[in-house]
Amino acid sequence: MTREEIYGKLNEVFQDVFDDEDITVNDATVAADVEGWDSLEHINLIVAVERCFGIKFTMGETTGLKNVGEMVDKIIAHLG
Amino acid sequence: MRQLEYPYDSDYILRKKKSIRRELLAREGIRYIEKKIAILGGSTTSDIKQILELFLLNYGIKPEFFESEYNKYYEDAVFGNPELDEFAPDMVFVHTTTRNITRFPQVTDTPEQIDALLEETMARFEQIWQSLADKFKCTVIQNNFEQPYYRLLGNSDVTNIHGRLNFINRLNERFCAYAGTHHNFYINDINYVSAVYGIKRWADPGDWYRYKYALSVSAIPDFAFNLSHIIKAVYGRNKKAFALDMDNTLWGGIVGDDGPENIRIGHEDAESELYTEFQQYIKAHKDLGILLTVASKNDEENALAGLARPDSTLKQDDFLIIRANWDNKDINIANMAKEINIGADSFVFVDDNPVERTLVESQIEGISVPDVGAPETYIDTIDSNGFFEVTGISEEDLKRSGMYKANMERAKASASFVDYDEYLRSLEMTAEIKAFAPVYMARIAELTNKSNQFNLTTKRCSQADIERFAADPSYITLYGRLSDKFGDNGVVAVTFGHEEDDGSEKIFHIDLWLMSCRVLKRGMEFAMMDELIAEASSRNITKIKGYYFPTAKNKMVKDFYELQGFTKINENEDGASEWLLDLSEPHKSGNVAIKVN
Repeated sequence: MTREEIYGKLNEVFQDVFDDEDITVNDATVAADVEGWDSLEHINLIVAVERCFGIKFTMGETTGLKNVGEMVDKIIAHLG
Repeated sequence: MRQLEYPYDSDYILRKKKSIRRELLAREGIRYIEKKIAILGGSTTSDIKQILELFLLNYGIKPEFFESEYNKYYEDAVFGNPELDEFAPDMVFVHTTTRNITRFPQVTDTPEQIDALLEETMARFEQIWQSLADKFKCTVIQNNFEQPYYRLLGNSDVTNIHGRLNFINRLNERFCAYAGTHHNFYINDINYVSAVYGIKRWADPGDWYRYKYALSVSAIPDFAFNLSHIIKAVYGRNKKAFALDMDNTLWGGIVGDDGPENIRIGHEDAESELYTEFQQYIKAHKDLGILLTVASKNDEENALAGLARPDSTLKQDDFLIIRANWDNKDINIANMAKEINIGADSFVFVDDNPVERTLVESQIEGISVPDVGAPETYIDTIDSNGFFEVTGISEEDLKRSGMYKANMERAKASASFVDYDEYLRSLEMTAEIKAFAPVYMARIAELTNKSNQFNLTTKRCSQADIERFAADPSYITLYGRLSDKFGDNGVVAVTFGHEEDDGSEKIFHIDLWLMSCRVLKRGMEFAMMDELIAEASSRNITKIKGYYFPTAKNKMVKDFYELQGFTKINENEDGASEWLLDLSEPHKSGNVAIKVN
């Protein structure tokens, strides 16, 4: 899966989890850019991303994410 | 909503919870019961609350939530919390799990020390439940404990008193014993739900250490669905009846084509045994007070021949009504509902044919039509939906099917009388009308939550509410139990209200007046009014005020107070009205045939 394809699916996950059809994310997107992205919703986001891509992040991978770009890096690593 | 019925897609619910909520709230014509639910958590509860809300909205219950601060369940319950006090919950859910057991037995502990630890742990929980019951007089739901995801002692963890599993099993048993001896207290059996889900996947230490969720976030829909069953059962949103297809639902094959001798039922082969187990499962519901009916496209003669097979577990006699004909099933179900006098939305329709299911689901608002799949999944699909979640088995439940049958016999008998009063007298009715008594509290609460049609104010009450009114000297409470020559109808009428003294006179306000539709047109409401007036007069009350609040279902009692001799004193635009009865004027009883007390 290309980075672009991953973003295609990832945008849908963000749109569902934050219930906003206009959300699009990119490498530089951080939590403060998305309305409602607090620590509680972060959990739902992670679970939805895991389910969407059929992967399971380790605990360490999800605690230090700086931006969406890093998340995509981790997704790519899992999809190998 | 289909997405919230089993088998549902948990991932979909978690991901789409916000839009599902919007969709649920956008539905029109839903008459919600509003309830205040406090969640006292020993771990994070945010998503539990949000997903639980979806399932409750789907059952027609609109919850308002209070959430304790993280892990403050014990403090909030025992020492109190002004916010919680102000919230005044109708129900408290204590969300504790194995993660909240602070001390487990150590391998070095003596049996006495372990026993003491068990008592100590139990005492802490009893303290919580007791304080909640004392303070809020409300329903309490408590999780039991899930099995740990590792076993230090291996297989001995379950048998050895030092094992965590052994300790948890002992605690769970104690919780059950408490539930068995306390009203308004229910166990949310996460021990079972987690086992079904998979104990190891349920535990997910990652979700615990990152977010302090004591169960995997992915398991929350299963958890919340199970919990929602108890809540909707407590608030009277259980289903009441089965409407069952026959061919390829109750037996294999088509009785009209194959002949009764060739349908698959009994024990001759695997398929027959499978259908027999399903028939046994259905039949067992009868004893829980669930009504069994048939809606089958068949000639009646063939349908009955299928049930007449000696190896058929279900017999003709098990069914209240059998509608085997060629009419559309939605029409047959609607007619049966009318005949039995329950809402068509209280049916669960079971049919192997998706075309029939779609038709019935689209034509009858609120009916449950599980997607039962192949015969080997029938039981699981029906059972996991918790349609008939049991919160207590009352004497009433055990007799219900017989009572409905007697009612249908009465209807036949009435046809042979020309004069209706004469018919009523022929029933030889006797009524017991008295103040709320302890043995009937559960039934009275059940009636306030189930009765929709003959219900003037549609006030919903928990058993704790009912007990409180019964104990309050400013209240008059009355239940009515009606028997006749065909049988005992049980408690079928309930009223209560409170008196207010304005200094010059005492006025009594009727807060609730309801009657089960199974005793319509028997004069029971008049017998009840006579007793209410007698009790009010003995307390020197001079006036009685009655209220009618219209809902989508209670039009039949619009003129109730007029028929009882009250005078209308006020009516709002929405149809709500207030009525007055002056006790200084003579009252003419409308009761012609019931002998009271």
